[in-house]
Amino acid sequence: MRRYLLRRLLVAVPTLVAISFIIFAVLDLAPGDPTGNLPLTIPPEVRDQIRRSLGADDPFLVKYVKWARQFFVYEPISVLEQAIGRDLPGKGQRVRIVSWQTRSPVADLIVQRMPQTLWVVGLAYIFGILIAVPVGVISAYRQYSWFDQLGTLIAMIGFSVPTFFMGLLAIIVFSVQLRWLPSIYDTTLVVRDWPSFVQQFKQMVMPVTVLAFYNASQLSRFMRATMLDNLHQDYARTARSKGLREREVVLGHVLRNSLIPVVTLIALGIPTIFTGAIITEQIFRVNGLGDLLIRGIYNSDIPLVQTITFMFAVLIVLFNILADVAYGWLDPRIRYG
Amino acid sequence: MADLAPRASDMSVQRPYLVEVWRQFARHRGAVLGTVVFLAIVLTVVIGPLIYTVRPAETNVRARNQSPSIERPFGTDNLGRDLLAQNLAGGRISLAVGLVAMVISIVVGTVIGQLAGFYPRLDGPLMRLTDLFLALPILPLLLVAIMLFREALRAAVGPQTGIFLLIVLLIGLTSWMNTARVVRGDVLAIKEREFVTAAEALGSSSDRIMWLHILPNVLSPILVSASLGVARAIITESALSFLGLGFPSDVPTWGRLLFDGKDYLSITPMRVVWPGLFISLTVLSINFMGDGLRDALDPRLRGRT
Repeated sequence: MRRYLLRRLLVAVPTLVAISFIIFAVLDLAPGDPTGNLPLTIPPEVRDQIRRSLGADDPFLVKYVKWARQFFVYEPISVLEQAIGRDLPGKGQRVRIVSWQTRSPVADLIVQRMPQTLWVVGLAYIFGILIAVPVGVISAYRQYSWFDQLGTLIAMIGFSVPTFFMGLLAIIVFSVQLRWLPSIYDTTLVVRDWPSFVQQFKQMVMPVTVLAFYNASQLSRFMRATMLDNLHQDYARTARSKGLREREVVLGHVLRNSLIPVVTLIALGIPTIFTGAIITEQIFRVNGLGDLLIRGIYNSDIPLVQTITFMFAVLIVLFNILADVAYGWLDPRIRYG
Repeated sequence: MADLAPRASDMSVQRPYLVEVWRQFARHRGAVLGTVVFLAIVLTVVIGPLIYTVRPAETNVRARNQSPSIERPFGTDNLGRDLLAQNLAGGRISLAVGLVAMVISIVVGTVIGQLAGFYPRLDGPLMRLTDLFLALPILPLLLVAIMLFREALRAAVGPQTGIFLLIVLLIGLTSWMNTARVVRGDVLAIKEREFVTAAEALGSSSDRIMWLHILPNVLSPILVSASLGVARAIITESALSFLGLGFPSDVPTWGRLLFDGKDYLSITPMRVVWPGLFISLTVLSINFMGDGLRDALDPRLRGRT
């Protein structure tokens, strides 16, 4: 197992290098100029100086290596520094990845935006799982019952209707017509007392519900399918013939085994929390990571976009490995050579 | 993929293969309904503009932000443009994007899957390439790529065709991976079968074996992923447009109409409902069709019930 993990991690390195190179190369072709949004009154020589200070004129490979060192070495150390609240040696020499837009380190911006994304989109993911598992189990156990038929139909609607339309519909109904919920997410809100908690709750209801519905619709179908595979296995029959109660057979034996592929699917889906946030945050105006990325793209803030995009790629690769490891750990039949 | 074995024997049952597939497909109520709805949408956007001849780009400031009425069935937007005309025109583009992007993705996926499955030497590198593409954060990259190349292509081939080509190519070239994997798996199983050995013994070239003998046998998974590919491409395009990085506002697509309408939710809520309904219905009907197609083409399921 350890050898397998080691090998997977080693294979991940060239993959990540290749991806980082692709992302870096695509962005480096960008015609966007870091001084493009500055006032036109700045004289050309000053403009050139600004460009040089940002390192925009370096040769491609130099820029890539610089950026890679910043991303993999300097930024993690700096984030760690802030987390433990004390300086580590070499603080002055570490050049941070600086956003062209705000002139502040990209890592700081990400740390700042992360909580909103995790709260809204992460919570929706958890709720999605909590809905999907029981729905999938009941649908499979009562296959072709009205519950299953309805579940199939709703799930089909859930993953066919794009979240951005579902979200806009929710805003029309609950914010515009009924005026129950706010349509704009207020991130400056601090939960101190009961009223502010209620307000926080209110502004989270719509984004979380819409996304949870979408997540649940995909996962519940998968849960149902793996349950169906396992329900008719010999071990389920054996358990029944031993005289176990139906409840124990289904929940104790079948569900446990069916959850194995579901858990891997959940792990594989975690990176989509962040990419999914791009759209959700635009609908409900949450200023999380996705919003940061979109703004970065609009303002051709290349270091920012590079870093966030590559961070997503790292998450995808990481959770792929994690899913495989979890699979082997949960299912003793799988042995890695 | 051991389940491919029964496919050849299907030919020997009394009814011809296609008839049998059709019967199975017709038994799937959702699939039939999906087909009807999808064809209805296609007909509406193709024939609609010929009957309802209001020009989609025609502005009329006196009649702006109107609610649906008899002469303006879908209402108007903030510039007084007719929303029914816009939705019909937008549907043509959205559907075209879906179809063309699907064709690109299927062709790329099939070719890569075939090559990887057929030539053991290419298998490793091509599958690594597939893994690499699967690890790319697609949506951010699409957004970035559109931002970077939009202006250049706009200048080179004109505003409409430029952005159309860009979006279609980008979506197509980032969605072929699943098709490639499925095709590779099936090719690996099929190339060990006797009829391939027979073709080899007769001296057929590798190309001939791949495209004439093996391809027809992997058509069913390709068809299924083609149908689902159209739906996915339509969703991706509208997501891009919804983020403001798809088609420009002078080219209406369903996603773009949603994007433009989302700031007028309190004045003209119906403005986002129409394009949203079109997208949802189209995707829903295609997904149902794909479901039915998968059941009908799966030899394990056929003949049941």
